[in-house]
Amino acid sequence: MEQIFFWSLAFSLLAAATAVVTLRNPVTNAVCLVLALVLQAALFITLEATFLAAVQVIVYAGAVMVLFLFVIMLLDVKAEARRPVPWAKAGAVLVGAVAVVAGVPKLVATFPAAREPLRWSSHAMPFGAKELGTLLFTSYAPLFLTTGVLLLVATIGVVVLCRRDPNP
Amino acid sequence: MILGEITLGHYLALSGLLFLVGLAGVLLRRSLLIVMMSLELLLNAANLALVAAARFKGIPDPHVAVFFVITVAAAEVAVGLAILVAIFRLKKSTSAEDFSSLKF
Repeated sequence: MEQIFFWSLAFSLLAAATAVVTLRNPVTNAVCLVLALVLQAALFITLEATFLAAVQVIVYAGAVMVLFLFVIMLLDVKAEARRPVPWAKAGAVLVGAVAVVAGVPKLVATFPAAREPLRWSSHAMPFGAKELGTLLFTSYAPLFLTTGVLLLVATIGVVVLCRRDPNP
Repeated sequence: MILGEITLGHYLALSGLLFLVGLAGVLLRRSLLIVMMSLELLLNAANLALVAAARFKGIPDPHVAVFFVITVAAAEVAVGLAILVAIFRLKKSTSAEDFSSLKF
């Protein structure tokens, strides 16, 4: 059961990611990216990271994708589709990717540690919002506060960048 | 059985492949919008590896790292898209080929 979940999620995630990179209509790319992010949230659940799965769906598939779709709406996105496909470059990347995918497992197998079986930890890991919150507000509290400053700076920066000059 | 037990290696391999796909997008595509989407794929590949490692070791700390990566990625997308809109107002294009005025 676990295996069926993992393999179907893995293949659909890779297919969605490939669609994001290869398709030429930006709206389709954005929708495929939403699919990839939701599939990744499902993979987080198979790793018992329930809170992160929820955050992934809310922040990525929700907020970030709305930003992308807004900008696609604002811009003339059909120009990309009119450019010719760079077949030579794409072929070169494909050959390189196949070489990497074929070669890396062989390289990894030469390390002695790779021969030991990878067993999951037997710690109890229903890891949810409570545990993450405890960590965030104790050991990682300075980082958490810094993130708040980062978000404030980003918000102000976006407003400044996108503001039209009132007296040109 | 054909479908063996799912180990940490499976998740790391999936993460690596996802990173490869995203990297191809960053290097190949000329539309800055697609490049930014591919950057999201790269960050997600790293997140997947972190969460798998957390499950493997049974420790919660990588989850905090993933939480911060998601936050920073959201800020990055907002600023990046703002720059994209500002550049589009100047050049009427989102293709990286048209933004070469700093090239020698």
